Amino acid sequence: MLNKTLNQKLYDKNVEMIPIRKGFGEGLLAAAEKDERVVGLCADLTESTQMHLFKERYPHRFVQMGVAEQNLASVASGMAAMGKIPFITSYAMFSPGRNWEQIRTTICYNDRYVKIAGSHAGVSVGPDGGTHQAIEDICITRVIPRMVVISPCDAIEAKKATLAAAAINAPVYLRLAREKTPVMTTHDTPFEIGKATIMYSPDSGAKISAAIIATGAVVYGALVAARELEARGVHVTVVNLSTIKPLDQEIILKVAQQAKAVVTVEEHQIAGGMGSAVAEYLTQVYPVPMEFIGVHDTFGQSGTPAELIEHYGIGTKSIVAAVEKVVKRSRTLR
Amino acid sequence: MSSVSQSRSFNENALAITANNIRQSIIEMLLAAGSGHTAGPLGMTDVFTALYFHILKHDPKKPDWPERDRVVLSNGHICPVLYATFAHAGYFPVKELLTLRKFGSRLQGHPHREFLPMLETSSGPLASGLSQAVGMALADKIDNGNSSDRYTYCLMSDGEQESGQIWEAGMLAGKNRLHNLIGFIDRNNIQIDGFTEDIMPLEPLGAKWEAWNWHVQEIDGHNFEEIVDAVNRAKAVFEKPSMIIARTIPGKGVHAFERKYEWHGKPPNKEEAAMALNELRTLGGKIISEHQ
Repeated sequence: MLNKTLNQKLYDKNVEMIPIRKGFGEGLLAAAEKDERVVGLCADLTESTQMHLFKERYPHRFVQMGVAEQNLASVASGMAAMGKIPFITSYAMFSPGRNWEQIRTTICYNDRYVKIAGSHAGVSVGPDGGTHQAIEDICITRVIPRMVVISPCDAIEAKKATLAAAAINAPVYLRLAREKTPVMTTHDTPFEIGKATIMYSPDSGAKISAAIIATGAVVYGALVAARELEARGVHVTVVNLSTIKPLDQEIILKVAQQAKAVVTVEEHQIAGGMGSAVAEYLTQVYPVPMEFIGVHDTFGQSGTPAELIEHYGIGTKSIVAAVEKVVKRSRTLR
Repeated sequence: MSSVSQSRSFNENALAITANNIRQSIIEMLLAAGSGHTAGPLGMTDVFTALYFHILKHDPKKPDWPERDRVVLSNGHICPVLYATFAHAGYFPVKELLTLRKFGSRLQGHPHREFLPMLETSSGPLASGLSQAVGMALADKIDNGNSSDRYTYCLMSDGEQESGQIWEAGMLAGKNRLHNLIGFIDRNNIQIDGFTEDIMPLEPLGAKWEAWNWHVQEIDGHNFEEIVDAVNRAKAVFEKPSMIIARTIPGKGVHAFERKYEWHGKPPNKEEAAMALNELRTLGGKIISEHQ
């Protein structure tokens, strides 16, 4: 059963599709309207990262950096030192990819509250190919002390996350996707940094066999898988873990205790990603069998988003198979 | 606002005495630490002295005074000179300098503002200071246009001019005509692996900054009058950021350490420190020291 605050038409064939990065662009504009300390810096990808909405409205608060991602991070740190709330944008591969040390030292070590929006994350970037598909970014950001890591599941959540990022006294990484993706949440769906959302839960009384914890646009695949599994009599809970750091330990522990089997789903390398973060926690407090859906230690390539999601084993079919496998493992243990 | 150094009149002898005291502190703290950098801090002592005892708008009693000038030390490894200058300027007791690099000390091996909040930035990894200084100057310019008399200074080494990030920051500052940004390059010609012109030639260095639309001056980094004059000239340029290339002698003040890149990254031992302190206290043998 879908969470009541979600888009109840999300299973429709013609479900509304909006790029997550567009939600960021609208969120930045709204954050800038609310707080004049918000400034925007971009490394020559203003429209691609949807910062152009902000640039057009507030040209004097926008800084065009050129192709200079290391400078992008550290200039933002200097502006934050003077009381600004800087948002920096590029493709995730270049920021936080190329400028990782500057983010680590001049932003996080320095304790400056810069908001890093990395667009074009995941293999669903599509035809641009592997150079432009960031599938290591969750790993390299969540490892840095002080950093908050948010991976919104759709455009509406991205807008809320952007507003929340502007308001929090911490450096934040916002992970954004390029392609149009299904709109799952609504304006009524709660969002708070550090809080996960239960998107789908079995009807009361049904025995829960597994919990699917997903992040980003692939939460949709998890929801589709949940419905298919239910038709086969396998009842699952689906959690949207949009904040990867700090981790919502309460919800993760609760669903692990109920289901006693967990599948994590992300458009990212399995090594060091969201699934790793969940496993780091659960192995300490409540170890259960886990399966990890993500990219298996390889690089991306050109293709349509659908082809790539399928090829790298992140699609609905793979999620269903992973749930069946983890349920079997869980039963053997009992 | 009597505590603000900017109001002081220029007194070359007083600055020379202060610089000598700071150099002695540098030797003492490096000896106590047992590790750290010697050549750079001694070489930049005169620039730091001119800044904190004559040029800067700052108040050691109110380190977080919003109107203060900002100083970004990009090459964090020369922090002994920053710490010693802070102490002699009255930010904290001189005796605290002996805690340099020790566990729990506010004086970390490379500056860390989590430990010493009066620092504008944490630094150490080379070449990212100028970007942060550009960000500070940009933010000030967004808020105050050309009317701000608050300056951001960035102190850099010559070795870090080899890094691409410096070039990125240089271009952005030139593009945005950051008149409120004044850079210093410690042109001492050494870096950890040898002489800069052998490692990666930087010359013509001034021409590079001119090409990015900076106002460029080359000065003797041990001449207080030239340092002060160069900053005054920089402040008179309204259309461009300014770069002051300060020609310095690494290890300046201790003859045995001067011009030797081997002194880039090591501290003096007990005997070398005694020799150095004696040389500084006697102004190179010009006066008889009671310690002799």
